Amino acid sequence: MKINSLTIGEVGQGLVDKDFSAKELTQNFIDQIKNKDESIHSYLATNFDIALSAAARVDTLIDNGEKLGKLAGVPAAIKDVIVTKDLTTTASSKILENFIPPYNATVVSKLEEEHAIILGKNNSDEFAMGSSNENSAYEKTVNPVDPTRVPGGSSGGSAAAVAADMAVFSLASDTGGSIRQPAALCGVVGLKPTYGRVSRFGLIAMASSLDQIGPITHNVEDAAIVLESIAGDDIYDDTTVANKPADFTTDLKKDIKGTKVGIVKEYFGEGLDEGSKKAVEDTIKKLEELGCDIEEVNLPHSEYALAVYYIVMPAEVSTNLARFDGIRFGKSRDFFGDEVKKRIILGTFVLSSGYQDKFFAKANLARQLIRDDFDMAFEKVDVLVGPTSPTVAWKIGEKVDDPLKMYLSDIYTVSVNLAGNPAISIPCGIDQDMPVGFQIIGKHFEEAKLLQVAHNLEGALKA
Amino acid sequence: MIWDMVIGLEIHVELATESKMFCRCSARYFGSAPNTHTCPVCLALPGALPVPNEKAIEYTAKIGLAFESEIPTISKFDRKNYFYPDLPKGYQISQFDLPVAVGGAIEVGERKVKLNRVHLEEDTGKLMHAGGETLIDFNRSGVPLVEIVSEPDMTTAEEARAYAQKVQQTVRYLGVSDADMEKGSLRVDANISLKPEGSETLGTKVEIKNLNSFRSLFRAIEHERDRQRTALEKGEKIVQETRGWDEALGKTVSQRSKEEAHDYRYFPEPDLLPLGLDPNKIDELKSTLPELGGAKLARFCSEYQLSEYDAEILARDVTLADYFEEAVRVGSDHEVSAKQIANEIINRKVDIAEVLPAALIESIISGRKTLTLGEGELEKVIAEVLIDNEGAVADFKKGKENALMFLVGQVMRKFPEKIDATTLKEKIERELNKTA
Repeated sequence: MKINSLTIGEVGQGLVDKDFSAKELTQNFIDQIKNKDESIHSYLATNFDIALSAAARVDTLIDNGEKLGKLAGVPAAIKDVIVTKDLTTTASSKILENFIPPYNATVVSKLEEEHAIILGKNNSDEFAMGSSNENSAYEKTVNPVDPTRVPGGSSGGSAAAVAADMAVFSLASDTGGSIRQPAALCGVVGLKPTYGRVSRFGLIAMASSLDQIGPITHNVEDAAIVLESIAGDDIYDDTTVANKPADFTTDLKKDIKGTKVGIVKEYFGEGLDEGSKKAVEDTIKKLEELGCDIEEVNLPHSEYALAVYYIVMPAEVSTNLARFDGIRFGKSRDFFGDEVKKRIILGTFVLSSGYQDKFFAKANLARQLIRDDFDMAFEKVDVLVGPTSPTVAWKIGEKVDDPLKMYLSDIYTVSVNLAGNPAISIPCGIDQDMPVGFQIIGKHFEEAKLLQVAHNLEGALKA
Repeated sequence: MIWDMVIGLEIHVELATESKMFCRCSARYFGSAPNTHTCPVCLALPGALPVPNEKAIEYTAKIGLAFESEIPTISKFDRKNYFYPDLPKGYQISQFDLPVAVGGAIEVGERKVKLNRVHLEEDTGKLMHAGGETLIDFNRSGVPLVEIVSEPDMTTAEEARAYAQKVQQTVRYLGVSDADMEKGSLRVDANISLKPEGSETLGTKVEIKNLNSFRSLFRAIEHERDRQRTALEKGEKIVQETRGWDEALGKTVSQRSKEEAHDYRYFPEPDLLPLGLDPNKIDELKSTLPELGGAKLARFCSEYQLSEYDAEILARDVTLADYFEEAVRVGSDHEVSAKQIANEIINRKVDIAEVLPAALIESIISGRKTLTLGEGELEKVIAEVLIDNEGAVADFKKGKENALMFLVGQVMRKFPEKIDATTLKEKIERELNKTA
């Protein structure tokens, strides 16, 4: 048995059946990281000793017949923009080199409460700013499917770690597509929950009104299990929403006959690669076979999404990153990388007096129109579908000198962050020997429906 | 030419909540060792998020209600962006266009001074300069701070001082702040401009920052008026700028001109939801407001037939007012009149911290006299003490309020009996200002 590619459910079964101990499992993942990560570069910091002792504690719990958490013994990885107590957290930036946080992010505490085993911290673009992982100040993660290609970004390390069986799942963050796009490019599942569903406390903020933490997993069921473990109101995050249904697993396997699926017309225009387009269209046929009612839907303000995003996001970046002043922690601001500096300058500009009305205020008006588009579409359908990314993973270095081309790789994902809806990317086919991602977008706080559609579709695609 | 002065005040009041504005650290930091009241939130560590303190919002609404402001149902927080070492996030969470309280007025003597707004924000840390080094204490970082902004609606230094004293008195009556200027929990910025007598157009204003005593406020305004008048009469233009008050030199000094002024790039704080203030809750707060200084003064006059002068002394401070009324309650059983009690408290300088109301009544009944001093005798002793303590007198003139308390102590020592410190303090201050 290849225990590195086990799902969460299989890990749980294996532990109960004593096919392996939590410690053996963890050791297996540690070995995998030691063997493989020298070429993939998905981890920036590892936590092996602590992981092994946490696994030993899970084994004791099992031996004593005590109650186990939902993620008991499951080896996991955390994106380096999420703070971990006593474990180096740098946001892949030199400005935070060697920074050891004195506290845990809420999601990390929740994983620990569910007895997950934290293996280490994943590489990403610096402060999550990028679409290829090439903006990391430390190393360039490569795509495990083809090491000459990028893994996507900003959560490239997180997607690569799962794709290369170096973690059962990883937690990442998505501000404009940073979970879904690398999941698509590496051929794994990536879920961005509804804004307010998962606490951001301890997530090093990029753009506070857009950021959301979510899982990258081998399959949809694992995404549902992890989301159940990390979701919920948090007294440390004012923007989390209380009293929302948070059962994502009960109805997961129910069939989706009669589900109304909207194809986003605007996501199939110029810029979408033919191969990706074909894979996505074939997948929509599968939905039809599963009994869904398919119709075309318009999101008419989609063309403004990227422009709005590149005003709202840098505006928030410029102030969120002001705390890195080199006084209480970290180094001086010279240590920010070029992409980060660029966004701080851009954001400072759009908020400046005389320009704020022209740019920031206008962008917020347009953001409302984009939200209204989604609300109107969701009056007619249950989920929206389309491609996650216009292309499969590209060659390392290919878009480094063309920022606009790089930014365009997020064209199908940013709207969702502006509107706050949940969305998932699942692998749906192959183009140029690389995985293609299929995006499903749900109504606010209706991740259960989203996951149900994704799970059914995943089954049909594998069949 | 005759010039009219126009004054507007911005008063910062630290709220006396248990915890800080956006985290659970204790806000009672005064006297604590540096950086012992801190956490990831008020240190602005990466990933930390603010969560608003409901009590602070309630206190702010109460202040607004006490000053007849409107409390809109929707309010929000904004980020005010600027770099300074005592500001760990690189922005202050404040309120820009939707403050907790809008408009209002404060009664000062015969007039009502118009208010612009009352808003809620967070305090900064504190820089300490020692031995060529600068150290930062973040204990104060994130303590709730209310800013009470007047309209440019005052015309004299006396009026501005009375307004500021009224603010202090009211927040103390409300029990929302100790408003102690020496501890920095009440701080005043003054905006001052001159215009030709009767003119409708405001002149260029100058802001004087961080006035930390009523005396400094008064002196700074007077000095700044003279400075601007001299400049205008020479035909110079007033530069819009921020100035500081140098108590030792007795003048204002330029700190920052308009060109160097910050662009704060205010924008809505995305980490906090807009505040929805429930109108029922506002009504409830309104109905539970305590009787405030002005109302109490009026009631003391009518209910107890006190002179306005006596009523003012007794109502100035809520603790003294409560003491007086408690004594009246006890006295009514023993045929001791409110007037007698007022006289006893005011003229015989009763130490209300020492003498219980019942004991006071007892002493009135028994006819036992507490100390009575001839006016001349006290004045004489004060004059001697001031001559003997030149150093303390000089310190006081440099702005050290502590020096005054030292002098009070010195005078008290000369008498075997107890003397009311407040009255004595006023007398000494009057003497010192005479010689200033």
